Amino acid sequence: MQTFFAMGGYAAYVWSSYALAALIVAWNVGSAVQSHRQARERALRQVAMAAATASSRAP
Amino acid sequence: MGTWTWFHKLASPPHFYRIAGKMIPWYAIPAVVLIVCGVYGGLVLAPADYQQGDAFRIVYVHAPAAWLSLLCYTVMATAAAVGLVWRIKLAHALAAATAPIGASFALLCLATGSIWGRPMWGTWWTWDARLTSQLILLFLYLGYQALRSAYDDITKADRASAVLAVVGVVNVPIIHFSVTWWNSLHQGATVIRAGGPAMPPSMLIPLILCFFGFTFLYAALACVRVQAEVLRRERNAHWLHDAMGARGAKE
Repeated sequence: MQTFFAMGGYAAYVWSSYALAALIVAWNVGSAVQSHRQARERALRQVAMAAATASSRAP
Repeated sequence: MGTWTWFHKLASPPHFYRIAGKMIPWYAIPAVVLIVCGVYGGLVLAPADYQQGDAFRIVYVHAPAAWLSLLCYTVMATAAAVGLVWRIKLAHALAAATAPIGASFALLCLATGSIWGRPMWGTWWTWDARLTSQLILLFLYLGYQALRSAYDDITKADRASAVLAVVGVVNVPIIHFSVTWWNSLHQGATVIRAGGPAMPPSMLIPLILCFFGFTFLYAALACVRVQAEVLRRERNAHWLHDAMGARGAKE
């Protein structure tokens, strides 16, 4: 196990690369979900506003 | 159902929105399985390289990141061209959805390459053809994003950024062939080359798993992002209510 983490003396290079990869993947997932949520909330507000305008216009 | 009927149905935003949503688990689950298996194979099962020792294991994140950065750019430029020529909103939505994903993997490719270069080449960076053209790719992505954010009107942003994406596509073959055309420090093609892969299966199979895993990851991410882009472009349409009104009201 010790030798596995030591990576033949390249531990700092190998593990920092994998940490960066994990970070980029995590950012991608978080950012995509957040972007969808924001767009969805804005769209829902739009729909609610349109419905309100339509009902206020009705006699 | 004829091809054209099918195409028109797919190109209709509500249908596309629903399909994209349904596809997410079909891409995300294989992505997780493939990446976990590929990384395990690359870090644990593959033997150390006879020249590079264990530092070569960086390739299991570096090469798939490089591949995704090029795939994303190609998808983005193709979608942008389709959007420009046929004025299809969905195509612009796909281009806009793909750009941030491609940019992040171009950055990952450059960063991991730099980390590998330090012990192997003795330098973090060199103005080599492959490295420079890959850096230009990152700048193209950043320029695309900056250009988009300069417009308030999404239709104008789509058209202006699409021109940049299409012009910049010339860089994609330059990156790919840079190691052949110029006397590059970067190693040549290792996997897809004449005479078969220059790697034993124990090293190659994890790498192939990572390539497919990253590709599925892109597909899953693109589905989520393209849904957001479709919503942004279709704000006033009736279908918003139908697509998410019922569920949205409960949340």
